[in-house]
Amino acid sequence: MIEKALKGNRNYWIWITCLLLVILSGISAYSRQRWFGLTVTGMGRDVSWGLYIAQFTFLVGVAASAVMVVLPYYLHNVKAFGKIVIIGEFLAVSATLMCLLFILADMGRPDRVLNVMLFPSPHSMVFWDVLVLNGYFIINLVSGWTVLGAERKGVPAPTWVKPVIYLSIPWAISIHTVTAFLYAGLPGRHLWLTAVLAPRFLASAFAAGTSLLILISLILKKTTGFDAGSEARQKLAMLATYAGVTNFFLIGTEFFTAFYSNIPGHLQSLQYLFFGLHGYSQLVPWMWFSLITGLGSVVILLLPGLRASTKWLATASAGLVLSIWIDKGVGLILGGFVPSPLEEIVEYSPTITEISITFGIWAIGILLLTVLLKVAVGVKESAQC
Amino acid sequence: MMNKERRAFIKQSGIGVLACLGAASGLIPAWSLEKTSLPAWDEKPVPGKIRWGMLIDTRKCIEGCQQCIAQCHHEHNVPDFSNSKEEIKWIWKSSYNKVFPTASQQFQSENITGQHYLALCNHCADSPCTRACPTEATFKRWDGIVAMDYHRCIGCRFCMAACPYGSRSFNWQDPRTGIKDPSTAYPTRELGVVEKCNFCSDRLVKGLLPACVEACPQKVMTFGDLNDPKSEIRTLLESNATMQRRPELGTRPSVFYIIQ
Repeated sequence: MIEKALKGNRNYWIWITCLLLVILSGISAYSRQRWFGLTVTGMGRDVSWGLYIAQFTFLVGVAASAVMVVLPYYLHNVKAFGKIVIIGEFLAVSATLMCLLFILADMGRPDRVLNVMLFPSPHSMVFWDVLVLNGYFIINLVSGWTVLGAERKGVPAPTWVKPVIYLSIPWAISIHTVTAFLYAGLPGRHLWLTAVLAPRFLASAFAAGTSLLILISLILKKTTGFDAGSEARQKLAMLATYAGVTNFFLIGTEFFTAFYSNIPGHLQSLQYLFFGLHGYSQLVPWMWFSLITGLGSVVILLLPGLRASTKWLATASAGLVLSIWIDKGVGLILGGFVPSPLEEIVEYSPTITEISITFGIWAIGILLLTVLLKVAVGVKESAQC
Repeated sequence: MMNKERRAFIKQSGIGVLACLGAASGLIPAWSLEKTSLPAWDEKPVPGKIRWGMLIDTRKCIEGCQQCIAQCHHEHNVPDFSNSKEEIKWIWKSSYNKVFPTASQQFQSENITGQHYLALCNHCADSPCTRACPTEATFKRWDGIVAMDYHRCIGCRFCMAACPYGSRSFNWQDPRTGIKDPSTAYPTRELGVVEKCNFCSDRLVKGLLPACVEACPQKVMTFGDLNDPKSEIRTLLESNATMQRRPELGTRPSVFYIIQ
């Protein structure tokens, strides 16, 4: 099937070349990081995680959101999702690969990464995260590829693949729950030390992930003519709306607990993010932009007249993705380090090297997604002929 | 034919002699080629029997004195980059509100809030860092010391996020370039791993007190076994009002402070 990715028009190859160039610049930046160490990043003793771990957190959510098409299609037989389910699965595969690469990029000693498997430590959440992420990658790749292969041959999918698909449903929930547990169990990091972190992660993931799926299906329609169907997009928009509403409700509950209880530890990180703390307010514009864009997008999606128009649907989906990317990919991780356990307020900004590596990893993920979707669209088209 | 048998005989008897030597060196330590002596381990260590702890009498500590810090950092080859972002510290001094952020701050005497206090790894009885470590590169020893295996650390910095005391430092760059006066007492570290105070487990095994305790001209620190009710540290803990850093987190630090 992979041969379908080797035939494409001019635009396809221009796109692939662009991605390869970004990947190359990422690799060159990474070789700099390997040589000089993580000193080339903006991270330091007070803000000891930055862009990499933030991207990882956001992308676990994108990966988990495949469940929003897999569950309705395979458990409830929602026929409208028939064409989009493969896009969801392949998006999950690419997002999971990016997650693993971001963890690797953040490591001081990536050459020792196998130590996580050589010395399994069930008391460590990282151990579980590595386990569930790798599992999720394989599950989605195997189930998506197998179903697609059967479709190409015009035969029903083998029976063994059904249990694998069913397994992917709770597994999707598990990857984002475990990711939340990475943060939610650390004493002294008040922004993260909250029981609603895992539910909030899931809600924001389902909002951003389904929005991203809507956008990808629109891009595919425009570039390849493959249409996953307007009905599927409208259904996804509904899911994104309610997931988005749940997400903003949960953020609201965080605000209430922090500001009503008035406990400094709970208060300070949110104060830093949204209002600035002791004159440090680098992230304030970002957070308000995220909040307003997110709420605005949810309102657009709630109005049936606007939601039905492709233009508004695309705008609102993009708004929701951007909003949650800032919330999770910028605010949540950086905010957790302010103030530090030694009551220091240190502001972080990524370096050019760090940003190049980040773009490089995104490009690797997008390249994999492009290739997988090229195969999928090719199979679907020839099956129709 | 003869030759072949002879060769096999010599080979086998050679292996036999080597095996005998190997076994003998294991059974009779005096015969072993490589000598190892661990005086502190004459008895087999019993997990939990000893819990090393420290009491810092801040009343005796001289403001501005850095002798314990200098001695510790020299002896353990702690690099100095004069850069707060990449600072590596095993023991340091900081203000009252930073060392004890959750202690009462309002209307405190200037003598208390104005002083700088020693901070180091607390070697917590319930250490969040060892819980978070995915490779057991940081682990709890049988004597309560939270130790580091620099050769196993993958540099994920989870322990740094988990430590509520900021006691852990990461080698953002090659530490060897930041060591001005290298010491032979303790190995240097590599780029990309986490390090912190080891309660001088390297000195304890030789029967010595921690470097900071020994270097202090005022005898500010008392080091001893918290599990031994007759130890000096326990006697002092019982006869003084003491506090730990952020006890509300349930980490049960092994470092105690006398404030006033």
